[in-house]
Amino acid sequence: MTYFDDSKGMPAMAGEARVEDYLALLKPRVMSLVVFTALVGMLVAPMGINPILGLIAIVCIAIGGGASGALNMWYDADIDAIMSRTQNRPIPSGRVTKGEALAYGLTLSAFSVSLLGLATNWVAGGLLSFTIFFYAVIYTIWLKRSTPQNIVIGGAAGAFPTMIGWAAVTGTITWESLSLFLIVFLWTPPHFWALALYKQGDYAAASIPMMPNVAGETSTKRQIFIYSVILAISAFVPIYLGLGGWIYGLVAAATGAGFVYLAVRLLRAPTNVDMRKAARRLFTYSLSYLFVLFLGLLADSFVDRVGGFLA
Amino acid sequence: MSENKTVPVVDQAAADAALQRVRRRRSIALAGALALFAITFYVLTIVKMGPALFDRGL
Repeated sequence: MTYFDDSKGMPAMAGEARVEDYLALLKPRVMSLVVFTALVGMLVAPMGINPILGLIAIVCIAIGGGASGALNMWYDADIDAIMSRTQNRPIPSGRVTKGEALAYGLTLSAFSVSLLGLATNWVAGGLLSFTIFFYAVIYTIWLKRSTPQNIVIGGAAGAFPTMIGWAAVTGTITWESLSLFLIVFLWTPPHFWALALYKQGDYAAASIPMMPNVAGETSTKRQIFIYSVILAISAFVPIYLGLGGWIYGLVAAATGAGFVYLAVRLLRAPTNVDMRKAARRLFTYSLSYLFVLFLGLLADSFVDRVGGFLA
Repeated sequence: MSENKTVPVVDQAAADAALQRVRRRRSIALAGALALFAITFYVLTIVKMGPALFDRGL
């Protein structure tokens, strides 16, 4: 019997998957965003949490987010094999079978939800469970292949971790945590549509109805602009609710203005080359936007607590 | 004339050894994850119950 080194395209054999493949199934990049937003939700909450319980909660939220990523890769293996960005993922490259990915995703989902519920409270556990369900079933199985609004509604899955972090500390869902949810929810469409504008060939090949393929570039650019304006305005809601102070206000104003400026440049891009360049720039900026905005919120919360401690 | 395509063939022993290495690493990772899970529950119990955990009649 011979062993052929070139196994690309062959069905995966049990026992071939490496540890790295199982880590890749968790979508580490998405996981880092989930961890960061959940951490912000926990740190700006008005109460405190035991640091060990806080750490366990963050790990559970990260693993729950990763589990939904594995379930997404299980269902999307066929279209992942078509798109250049995803061809190297463990399932399309043949290193992990679909069954393994499904079992892995379901097991991690059950473990992360149970542990979060036991370690903190069942409001947080229930929210994590709903987030996994929303991402895997509502977004991946239902919306992604059926409507260009997929990312608008599906964006809620990425916005829930702030509320889970908040709920892990307080055991409640409040207007304050909803205001953080709103920011991530409104940030998602311009972020992904900017990506879709310069990767639309990939999405078209996989028959995914992303906005640029369905409504056209002009309409997508206009919608990106509208969402950017609403996002920049909604970033001030936490101030109204007493969650953010002057530091956050300044950061929200500066970063929001930057977001809208780049959206205007994208809207006015005269040529296709300029449009792609502007879309890529907006996509990169949107990544740092959320990070800097939430850092502003953390800075305000830190100043508040230090002030309260010294007073 | 037929094209003489050479396919890189790795000998069976080397392939088996590579597969064994992959499996060993995976088993170690799984054992580590399970150990971490057990330790997490142990620590969680102490943190949730506090010093009262040790304050009981035997």
